[in-house]
Amino acid sequence: MSIPVLSEVSPRAARPEASPMFDVRRVRDDFPILHQKIRGKPLVYLDNAATAQKPRVVLDALQHYYTADNANIHRGVHLLSERATQDYEYARAKVRDFLHAADEREIIFVRGATEGINLVAQTYGRKNLREGDEVLITTMEHHSNIVPWQMVCEEKGAFLRVAPINDDGEILLDEFEKLLTSRTRIVSVVHVSNALGTVNPVKRIAELAHARGAVVLVDGAQSVMHGPVDVHDLGCDFFVFSGHKLFGPTGVGVLYGREALLEAMPPYQGGGDMIRSVSFDKTTYNSLPYKFEAGTPHIAGGVGLGAAIDYVQALDWEAVAAHEHDLLTYATTALSEVPGLRLIGTARDKAAVVSFTLQGAHPHDVGTILDQEGVAIRTGHHCTQPLMARFGVPATARASFAFYNTREEIDALVQGIHKVQEMFA
Amino acid sequence: MTAELRELYNDMILEHAKSPRNYRALGEGSLHRDGHNPLCGDQVTVYVQLDGDMVKDVSFQGQGCAVSKASASIMTQLLKGKTRAEAEELFTAFHDLLTGKLDADAEEERLGKLIAFKDVSKFPVRVKCATLAWHTLHAALHGEAKAVSTE
Repeated sequence: MSIPVLSEVSPRAARPEASPMFDVRRVRDDFPILHQKIRGKPLVYLDNAATAQKPRVVLDALQHYYTADNANIHRGVHLLSERATQDYEYARAKVRDFLHAADEREIIFVRGATEGINLVAQTYGRKNLREGDEVLITTMEHHSNIVPWQMVCEEKGAFLRVAPINDDGEILLDEFEKLLTSRTRIVSVVHVSNALGTVNPVKRIAELAHARGAVVLVDGAQSVMHGPVDVHDLGCDFFVFSGHKLFGPTGVGVLYGREALLEAMPPYQGGGDMIRSVSFDKTTYNSLPYKFEAGTPHIAGGVGLGAAIDYVQALDWEAVAAHEHDLLTYATTALSEVPGLRLIGTARDKAAVVSFTLQGAHPHDVGTILDQEGVAIRTGHHCTQPLMARFGVPATARASFAFYNTREEIDALVQGIHKVQEMFA
Repeated sequence: MTAELRELYNDMILEHAKSPRNYRALGEGSLHRDGHNPLCGDQVTVYVQLDGDMVKDVSFQGQGCAVSKASASIMTQLLKGKTRAEAEELFTAFHDLLTGKLDADAEEERLGKLIAFKDVSKFPVRVKCATLAWHTLHAALHGEAKAVSTE
């Protein structure tokens, strides 16, 4: 598990200056979109948990694919089809490498993390859940890791159980353990909370779940942008993420699944590419991973994701972790000094996300005023309404950082918040 | 502070957001409907007491941004004593104002206090904040059973 968490990098945080090992100016040059003005002010992009910006190499890969190699894959006898197939399958190999999966057959391309979870719920879930069985999630799940389970539970007469969290936004492991029963078939947990930034102890959760015979899905939508992932070290059975949150294109994502589980699962969608042979009497399905990839996929998206993985794999992740930790500490300190500001999510292990409410100003108004200052943040319930209810707030304002953000940008955020307070004083 | 922001968050809107009028539930015999904006989590309940065809009393409760609260508050002030048809007519004018289809200066008299929202049209994502309470009222008056959603 190599995602940068507070506890792992805290000695570095004591330094007064941002990490000298990490040249943020040089990295920013790789991202063309960052160098623009918004309403006359420099863009300060702090909505990275919603989607990350794309480095030039990703944009170039998309352009190159459509300019030079575009064709349909896996079937054509011509050279372009061969090249497109190679590009796409090479991207799959890069994903395998990024996740430290054992085999490319375990890497299923999907539209995004949401589709990955739905796929598992509708195939593994529908096949294995019986009446009275249980699926265990946590209070801090994104709607995409709640609703697919509600749907399959309703169909099967199974129950959705929810592990509680404490006021800092950390899973209560004791309570989680109590909710694991002999009826628990599936445990599905978020790796890093999109609304709080909490880094969950998914390795420990997987151990506990496996001891009870449940399979474990980890929603990695928010963790992959903060560092490479080792699915074997995590010990999960399924892992999902979205390409666009890993500096790649939208519309492409990944489901990793253990081969033995994927082999035993029925297909998700029927169509071309997922079959071996079709007759009106009987269809035999294709082998992994194609069994789960019906229809022409987002080929360019896969290629772009491959380029994004190349980009992040070339980064010095120790330096990135130190830089992101510095941003988190700097932002947490600066925001804590703002009167009337309440931080939502104060876990010990946190990714670089700060969620907050401001006394006297609704998050939506905060977002509009910050936007006038060129500062892009997210406001609302972040698709985590049960979590908002847990904290007794209808919504929060959320600033989420990537390695290309700077302390100066956090200063701009704080100045913007002061303007909000002037307005609503 | 930009001029645009000052126009959006003008004194009328800020004042109503801070001290919303008619912020209460109505008792038995009144109609009420819930409305919510799933994108931002804003939630409002609008209560209407009719006397024949006339809005005898109207109130609201809920949570939301300054624009949505001020809109609900001003709506309740304007609609007391109006007929259903007059209420609908005002909603249409308000909607046209927010979507830039109505010349605010020419229609100032008809709009009354609603003129405070004329710059919301420059912030397209905020239009739904301003219309949530009105859509909810519309549903209450028409006896629509389903809760109102802006989406």
